[in-house]
Amino acid sequence: MKEEEIKGFIHTVTSYFNQITEIPAIMGLPYIKDNKTVTYDFTGVIGISGNRKGAVYFTASKQLLLDFGHFILGDDQLDDDALYDLIGEMVNTITGNMRELFGSTFTISVPIIMKGTIEDIVIQLKPPVFIIPIKWKEHTCHLGIGLE
Amino acid sequence: MKLLIVDDSNIMRRAIEKYVKDFKLDLIGTAGDGEQALALFKTHSPDVVTLDITMPKLDGISCLKEMMKINPRCRVLIISALKDPATSLSALKYGAKGFLPKPFTELQLKEEILELLGDTK
Repeated sequence: MKEEEIKGFIHTVTSYFNQITEIPAIMGLPYIKDNKTVTYDFTGVIGISGNRKGAVYFTASKQLLLDFGHFILGDDQLDDDALYDLIGEMVNTITGNMRELFGSTFTISVPIIMKGTIEDIVIQLKPPVFIIPIKWKEHTCHLGIGLE
Repeated sequence: MKLLIVDDSNIMRRAIEKYVKDFKLDLIGTAGDGEQALALFKTHSPDVVTLDITMPKLDGISCLKEMMKINPRCRVLIISALKDPATSLSALKYGAKGFLPKPFTELQLKEEILELLGDTK
């Protein structure tokens, strides 16, 4: 992946958090994923086809999703089903927004959602997989990008 | 006026419903995929539809084409994360009256709905 593409993902994520919550998300230094995969409570994966191939995943804690969901739905209750849904919507929004950079032949799948610790997300990810750590409020989450 | 909300995300369906409640639109249903949306469209003939694009079973653009065949006067607002110009142009070409990129705020959605309703509100 090119540096400008990584920057594009970073810009998309920061804009997303800022637009919805008006609380900035702070990006850590991106790094290349090794054999170990760090995931939080909920993980959403989007498959990519078309002019690029691979996958993107976003993983976050339950508390981050509850806090973020509060900005969308106010005081409405969010159960685990809603959090599954929210992580899928977040990864869908981040990845879909990247068509602005990659063009309309950057085709995204509907999200696949996983809960709990995942030994390794290898399906569809094309190495090298770049991890972008994100800090929002007191929470940490990250975006993983593995595209040919 | 009758409203149909279509999005594969339950959170987004709930958010849209909540954000547009001041417009006093009569919500005839919500759908999580294009097939379900078309079935509701045929049964209830909504005047206004908010329509996602990336959905299981039938995507939003295909769904839009079918809706326009049935009722070309229906006002469809596409709400999608697919931000590239080609996607929004394609939606408008097939009959959508507006395009709101995700993520969006309550205010942005209200402005789009206001624009969509024009002098009919």
